[in-house]
Amino acid sequence: MKGDLQMRVTALHDEAAGIRRVRLEPVDGGALPAFSGGAHVVVAMQDGGVTRRNPYSLCCDPDDRTGYEIAVARAATSRGGSAFIHERLAVGDVLVVGAPTNLFSPDWRAKKHIMVAGGIGITPFVAMMAQFARAGLAFELHYAVRSRAAAAFAGVLQDRYGPRVKIYAADEGARLPLAALVENQPLGTHLYTCGPERLMGAVLDTARNAGWPEQALHSEHFMAPPPGDPFTVTLAESGREVAVGPDQSLLEALEAAGVNPRYLCRGGVCGECATKVVEFRGTILHADHFLTPEERAESRTIMICMSRFSGDRLVLNL
Amino acid sequence: MDTAYSATHRPETFREETFRGDFSYANSPENIRHFPFPFHEDHYRYSVNIEPHVPGLPGSAFEHLIDVDEHYVAEMADRAQVLAEDPLRYQALPHMMLAQWDTLELLMEEQARAYPHLFTLTRNGDQWRWINRPLGIDDTFTFGDRSTLPREPLDYICRQTQGDIALMDQRDGNLWMDAGMITAQADWSLDFDVGMNFHEWHAPVPLAPQMGVFDRALKYLLNLQLGKPVRRLNWTMTINPRLDTSPENYPKWGPDRTTVTPENVGQKVHLRVELQSLWRLPRSNGMLFVIRGYMMRMDEVVTVPKWGRRLPRVLETLPEELATYKGLSRYRQTTIDWLKRHDDGAPTSPGIFPD
Ligand code: HEM
Ligand code: FES
Repeated sequence: MKGDLQMRVTALHDEAAGIRRVRLEPVDGGALPAFSGGAHVVVAMQDGGVTRRNPYSLCCDPDDRTGYEIAVARAATSRGGSAFIHERLAVGDVLVVGAPTNLFSPDWRAKKHIMVAGGIGITPFVAMMAQFARAGLAFELHYAVRSRAAAAFAGVLQDRYGPRVKIYAADEGARLPLAALVENQPLGTHLYTCGPERLMGAVLDTARNAGWPEQALHSEHFMAPPPGDPFTVTLAESGREVAVGPDQSLLEALEAAGVNPRYLCRGGVCGECATKVVEFRGTILHADHFLTPEERAESRTIMICMSRFSGDRLVLNL
Repeated sequence: MDTAYSATHRPETFREETFRGDFSYANSPENIRHFPFPFHEDHYRYSVNIEPHVPGLPGSAFEHLIDVDEHYVAEMADRAQVLAEDPLRYQALPHMMLAQWDTLELLMEEQARAYPHLFTLTRNGDQWRWINRPLGIDDTFTFGDRSTLPREPLDYICRQTQGDIALMDQRDGNLWMDAGMITAQADWSLDFDVGMNFHEWHAPVPLAPQMGVFDRALKYLLNLQLGKPVRRLNWTMTINPRLDTSPENYPKWGPDRTTVTPENVGQKVHLRVELQSLWRLPRSNGMLFVIRGYMMRMDEVVTVPKWGRRLPRVLETLPEELATYKGLSRYRQTTIDWLKRHDDGAPTSPGIFPD
């Protein structure tokens, strides 16, 4: 895509157990665009014959124009991207990186920013805190981890921000004090959460039950496309049929077939990949966070980065 | 062949002219061809006319992404006068400070890149030096430190950029007009709209909301990407080349509409075009909206035969609601009658550029 950057891996660092930080610098040596805390980039990786494109939050200072950094957890059931980064990526490799996009932006009106991270969900907050600190804004980070050994960035964040960073390690018996966190906050406080779905659900429910307004609650879903049974999709314009494998998303299958649909997040959040369903016989397995329940029921639109299909005929307006 | 467009647009001299009083504003022949004529066909059609804002035809208003022309110095003087009389034409809510710096950077970079003979930006870390030759400015400041500039960053750079500017915050699935400098507007007010969202500030527009135009446009804009600005053209007409046709000053310009006669159409009636560009801002994730206005009187329009033929045809097909909204009702027919003398009925070529 236009705006894509050729970037070279200049450092690989094991940030914590099972979490690898990758530093990328532009091949042409120019200044990168600044970005906003919470932004992600889509990184394209050539893994054998397969192109893998995964979104990763930027976890560096948004005003450092010399490089971007991402941190990738080794996934238990890796679809490829994370195994590739952990096992095969080497310093000197060149990756194609899309322009930063932000679907998890701070609300700049906030009187105070409270961030609740779980595990690898820490990454967007590393960049946010750099911006909050520079602008002199009030913030707190509450960071739940399995163990200190698995807590990426914990040391550096505590060094930078001192008591504004609180770590809760499960193996030490520490738990996020959610109820206390959402109580007695000044009016105009905003709450951000990123991490496992269960943690985010608990954070948001606790805040809602305590009467927080919806506009003050922000969450980022780190979701990979779900695997599933293979199926076939028919393209209305050409009549072509494309097979979607069990570990492939519909979007990935289309890309592999040389069709290049629009996308931004590849995680079912932004709406950019919405595609019209011309005809279907079967069930669309919606797995996005974008369509309304009514739109899902109608199934006139499918978010091809996440959702799958079960049935014998699916025709898309492509 | 478009020989008039072979040369790159490179303003060297700036006209001494006024947008009030004796209205001495006029376009040079080169600047007439530089004008972004907004109609690509002979009848009027409403649409979500958004396209990538990429450098266009050399010599045209689309060549450089932030366009500077022979009116630069005079427009900046008129803006300063409007602001002196009405400081509320500039507003910025406190949470927009990061977006202000983003905007200052973008406008300095684009102008310095396009017109190195007019503007120079030198950066050494966060120590920046900005030279603006047409306005005689040479300032050194610390990027990000408000106290090192004579004014707020947005105020500072908008006084050195042609076109009105609105800054949007993006949150809760909407865009909010939370800052701007608006001194050359087609009858709307920043002081009234500030803090409103996309649907609220567009509420006065007829027809388009029912067509779903604004729902689609908003959805599209929310995903606007860094480094991929987009543009659209909007237009209206103004009697006398007056930049400040604001609701606040309606008593000064509203009555001008009653002064159009068949004899003075060529001099008084101006086509007013806004080349609107929309940019994602990097650090704030906000959005910059540049409303770059151009005015050309009917005498000048008809020096381009294609435009002289097309404009009356478009005006005849404009729905009455829109003519009323744009404030053309009183002089539309008089203008069409005058323009028709320049329309020999010949077919026009597709696209907006002169033949
Ligand atoms: C986010 C940036 C935008 C801003 C700040 C903005 C602002 C405005 C304002 C202040 C008006 C005048 C309303 C009045 O009469 O009070 C207006 C009119 C209008 N806007 Fe926008 N607008 C934006 C984007 C768009 C886009 C993307 C479209 C595309 C469909 C659009 C379509 C229109 C139309 C059709 C009108 C009526 C103008 C006419 O026909 O003369 N606007 N806009
Ligand atoms: S690419 Fe964002 S929803 Fe599919």
